[in-house]
Amino acid sequence: MSVKVWIAGGGVISGIGMNLEENLQAFKDMRTGMTKMQYLQSVHQDAFPVAEVKADNDTLADMARMPETTSRTALLSLIAAREAWKSTGLGDISRYRVGFVSANTVGGMDKTEDFFKAFLPNPGGGRLQQVVHHECGAVTELVADALGVRHHISTISTACSSGANALMYGARLIRNNIVDIVIAGGTDSLTRFTLNGFNTLMILDQQPCRPFDETRTGLNLGEGAGYVVLVSDNLLAHIQPWARLSGFANANDAYHQTASSPDGTGNYLAMKGALDMAGLTPEDIGYINLHGTGTQNNDVSEGIAINRLFAPHFPAMSSTKSFTGHTLGASGGIEAVYAALALKEGIIYPNARFRRQMKELPFAPATAFSTGNDLKHVMSNSFGFGGNCSSLVFSKE
Amino acid sequence: MNIYINGTGCISPQETAQIGPLFSTLKEYDQVRLQAVDPDYKQWIDLKQIRRMSRVVKMGVGAANLSMEEAGIKMPDAIITGTAYGCLDDTGVFLNKMVSQEEQMLTPTAFIQSTHNTVGGQIALLLGCNAYNNTFVHRGFSFENSLLDATMILREGEAKTVLAGGLDEITHYSYQVLSRFGLYKKAPVKTMELLKSPDRGTIAGEGAAFFVLSPEKGTHTVAELAGVCTIYKPLWEGEVIGEIVKFLEAQDLTLEDIDLLVTGRNGDIAQDEIYEEVAAALFPDHPEACFKHLCGEYPTAMAFGAWMANRIIAEQDVPEAAMFYGQAPARIKNVLIYNHHQGTHHALILLKAC
Repeated sequence: MSVKVWIAGGGVISGIGMNLEENLQAFKDMRTGMTKMQYLQSVHQDAFPVAEVKADNDTLADMARMPETTSRTALLSLIAAREAWKSTGLGDISRYRVGFVSANTVGGMDKTEDFFKAFLPNPGGGRLQQVVHHECGAVTELVADALGVRHHISTISTACSSGANALMYGARLIRNNIVDIVIAGGTDSLTRFTLNGFNTLMILDQQPCRPFDETRTGLNLGEGAGYVVLVSDNLLAHIQPWARLSGFANANDAYHQTASSPDGTGNYLAMKGALDMAGLTPEDIGYINLHGTGTQNNDVSEGIAINRLFAPHFPAMSSTKSFTGHTLGASGGIEAVYAALALKEGIIYPNARFRRQMKELPFAPATAFSTGNDLKHVMSNSFGFGGNCSSLVFSKE
Repeated sequence: MNIYINGTGCISPQETAQIGPLFSTLKEYDQVRLQAVDPDYKQWIDLKQIRRMSRVVKMGVGAANLSMEEAGIKMPDAIITGTAYGCLDDTGVFLNKMVSQEEQMLTPTAFIQSTHNTVGGQIALLLGCNAYNNTFVHRGFSFENSLLDATMILREGEAKTVLAGGLDEITHYSYQVLSRFGLYKKAPVKTMELLKSPDRGTIAGEGAAFFVLSPEKGTHTVAELAGVCTIYKPLWEGEVIGEIVKFLEAQDLTLEDIDLLVTGRNGDIAQDEIYEEVAAALFPDHPEACFKHLCGEYPTAMAFGAWMANRIIAEQDVPEAAMFYGQAPARIKNVLIYNHHQGTHHALILLKAC
């Protein structure tokens, strides 16, 4: 019998709020985060709406108590990770065996792309300070050092499923008795690199995105960070758990470097594996936080896999990316916090801008915010480039 | 549970993809940046794909295949990759075009292949492997974390064979930038003189090494992965020394049980100091072998070190090119590898002959 792993708290910063409470209020008010680009400098400023965190780097640096030259990826990470830790009431972090497992896909690219302007014409040009934290792992260490975490530190990067894999790995570190607590999740800031990359793939919507809608034409990029605090059963007496991480699975679609297989093989295997580990059947799931990017390809593959696994008992489901945009490496972390909070408060999150039923699917996402639902088990999906698919199951007890 | 190394594969600046005694055709360099020797990738990848793949992806796919061939498996139950830098070449290509073309007329290929999980994803894709797939990107712990993850998965009983490895590439841009940080020697150094060089800086390297791990011994198995340990930003050398003692105690070993010490000396006098201190404190008379003069310095060079240690156990001999101090004993059973990257990321791996 594996050790139980509890969610003792969480923190989020995203395009819809600077902390979890603000995020929740945005869902209640149906206020989505996509706007015209304000903080990222790009020639595509007017072409693509994005869900930016509504603060410049100086403001974020003040909040994080870090130098303003710090990569935005690290600033977002520290703000959310501190909120997560504080919410647990566990107090002095140095009293515990704690790990920090953080996912990201861009690292310090926000600074590197500025550096390259001066560096390209002249190999001696550009300030080295801008690339010193280029590596994904360097961003994690800035935050781990600020939090005072030393027992275990790692960084995972599996594209859009990174954050979910951070939770899985964190839970396994606890079950293998390497640490007792793991702050797990992900962070990513918006960069020109990712914006232009997704643009070349022609999967960015020029309108606010419409996940799981027949008229969907792509995703909106977002940014942010989200962390849960995973706690071993042996510390249960010290926390008031929001939920338990009862199941998880990671599978590979092995179909294409960027596209999902038409029948969603990897998606199905991940969801099925997570249910199996939790010892649940599909009917037990009360809500699914969808990967739901809003691209043609993702939503149909994910939907078909859900249909195959859940028909005819479809739980409530929604893509919170319709509010936060696709925050890439952060999304699995942010959505895990939402999922754990959903169990704590019986929340079903709305899927914004859903109007037209997808013709391939027999179900539709929830469109209104509701609270007080009797939820016992919730699923969160994260699927990504490289075929990486992960699903998490959270349970109330 | 014992975890056996059933197969290994390595692509590096040495002729490690060839069959034959370890370093029998030693590649000696007189330069500051070493590049991996390309094996014939056509044996694993079709020509059309080879042209599209960056070097780091090819190295990864090649080393993964070599390790599976040796282990005699066609399909692992998990693929776990460790890479500090990821796909630097494609990142550089996309970044260069994005900046110089002012975000216009870009094509997707380089971006698609720039994500850190490209290697793990490509291995899965080529094998048609739907199993667990993860990529660790934590600087000097990327490879160690992939081994730790592999160990945990095997202990959990979720997998019977795990493919785990570490790899990094050095590119034109990364070499230029890292040089500006003062990481490398100012003038070329001969391979066999690097570890005795009297000044700061090392040589840049790259490579990929993969391992097939399993709780069941295979036909070519010579060693067991007995332990992995990381030490993050130790406050002083005493902390490292203490961790080594604790690590060996956890394996029920004494210092005398270690037959060979393998260290990550890289020829930078400041960075090599701690190896001196550790050897002086714990292993004053132990034979010591080294590897970074052969593969160069990079965050996942430990994977090359572990690959070499496994081969040393297989051959029960330390090639002269790798020997740093003393003489290898007649029987090489327990090999302790101690490496650090940049003074901040220290790691231990223990291999036991079986």
